This record gives sequence, structure tokens and C-alpha cells, in this order.
Amino acid sequence: MTTRPRIAVVVFPGSNDDHDAAWALGAMGAEPVMVWHADEELAPDVAGVVLPGGFSYGDYLRTGAMARVAPVMDAVRVFAAAGGPVLGICNGFQILCETRLLPGVLRPNRQLEFVCRDVPVRVENCDTLFMQRCVVGQVLVLPVKHGEGAWYADEGTFVQLAARGQIVLRYDDDVNGALGNVAGVVNEAGNVMGLMPHPEHAVDPLLGSADGGLLLAALVDAAAAHRTALAAL
Amino acid sequence: MKAVVLVRPKGGILDPQGEAVRQSLRKLGFEVSKVRVGRVVDLELTAGDAREAAAAVEKMCAELLANPLIESFEITIEDE
Repeated sequence: MTTRPRIAVVVFPGSNDDHDAAWALGAMGAEPVMVWHADEELAPDVAGVVLPGGFSYGDYLRTGAMARVAPVMDAVRVFAAAGGPVLGICNGFQILCETRLLPGVLRPNRQLEFVCRDVPVRVENCDTLFMQRCVVGQVLVLPVKHGEGAWYADEGTFVQLAARGQIVLRYDDDVNGALGNVAGVVNEAGNVMGLMPHPEHAVDPLLGSADGGLLLAALVDAAAAHRTALAAL
Repeated sequence: MKAVVLVRPKGGILDPQGEAVRQSLRKLGFEVSKVRVGRVVDLELTAGDAREAAAAVEKMCAELLANPLIESFEITIEDE
């Protein structure tokens, strides 16, 4: 089978990077499928999921909190539990934390300013699905644009995550007050990742950086492998 | 039955919003050494008694109204 793996891009009311994510996934060799938040199932043959950036449900209550009860999130939980690759970008990361699919929580930036610029992000662990095309210590240039991106977890959790290699990306500088300058984490199984920087805005040198393509292409690889695994069942 | 939920940033958790409010108060001439900003959620619900209501609201807080990682909450039940 040589067709492109299908990757669902979940659209919440208030998502605003959904089309960018779909475009970038297409450029990386996937077939993106938009899935509405009120849908109870992901589209047929979906082998990967992206929760895009934006301001789902107007950031009511806490960023990402309301999305937790969206009908589509039950399908995402089932997909993730079956080992399917799930990537949350920015608001998608906030949603995955509030849904408890990822550890920690995203808090308002310490400096209380919306940060919107390209930042250097260091690869801490490349032994996960999403980092297969990177090497440890590699510095990626990725744009951030968020007001609530300061990742936080209690000290015990933080130490445990670091020891298990679940902290996969760290800012080179203090961008938002995140604990340990954490920019991206994976779950224990390694198939769910969230990050505040936007790989989908960095897939072409014309956009200032193509480094985001490394992450998204790895997601496309993972989706293709997941599709093969599903077909073998 | 009515319930009031008071959600606060946990002690020790940095509250940038509170700090910004403190600085603004200072510009207005008010010397305040610390400000913490939380939120209030007013609920109206049906429950057999106050204990049942408190148990239900406690669950709501744990599941949605507060994030226990960073927020504490207080529940007051107003039995009419």
C-alpha cells in the first residue's frame, strides 16, 4: 500500500492553526482529514491525530479544560490507548494535559506577555516516535505564539519524567517561565506528545525554518507504521 | 440548592495575574504586598441534602472546575 497515511486534525470551536497543520501534514506526505469536535468518532482509517493550536472554547475556565469533555476526545483517548500517535500543538498540548493524557499543566507565561517569536528548542530525547528524525542535542528553530505556555508539574513528577526521558524538548532560554524550560513532553508509552512551539509553521525555509518538518514527518512515519500494525490485526 | 465554589491558585504556585494586579494597584497608590487572583463559580443544583450536594460539587471540582495540580478549591453549600 503506497497511499498516504490519514491523519486527523481535530477542529474545535476556536482552533485557528487547524488549516496550517493540515497543509503541513500534506506537505510531509500525509492525507489530512478534518474532524469536528462534536463527532464521536475519528474518520475511517485514521492512523494519526493532531490537536492543533488555537483557543478552543474561548479558553473558558482554563486553557484546554473545556475540550476535555468534547465528544471527539473519547475517540482520541481510545485511539491513544491503542497506541496510535497523537500530537498536540500549543492549545492541543494544553488540551492533552487537561485531558490527563499528558502530565503537567500549562500556566500563564510568567512575564504575562504573549510571546510570539522563533525560539531555539533543544532535543533532549530522540528515542520516541515523534523525534525519530532528530538527534539528541540538536537545536531546532521553531516559532512560539502563546500567552499560557509555562509548563508546570510538581517536583516529584518532574524528576520522574526527566528520568524516564519523557521530557523531549526544552527551550534553550527561559521563554515563558516553564519548569525546567520544558517545551515538549511525551506520555509514558511514548505515543502521545505535546509541545508549545509550532512545527506546522516551520516546514519550509521560506517560512524561516524547516525544522518543524522533522517532527511532522516523524509523525507521518509513525502513522504509516500504525496503519500497518492495524492492518495486521 | 446553591453552591459556591472558590478556586484559588495553590500556595507556592506563581500567580502572574495576581502580581500584575498588585503592580497596577501600586500605580494607583495602593501598597499591597501580595495579590492572588482566583475565581468564583456559582452553581444551582438539585440534591437531596447539603451533604449530597457537597459530594457532587467536590466531584465537579476534581473533574473540571479546578485543576488539582495548581489550584485549591473551597465549597460552600447554601441550603435554602
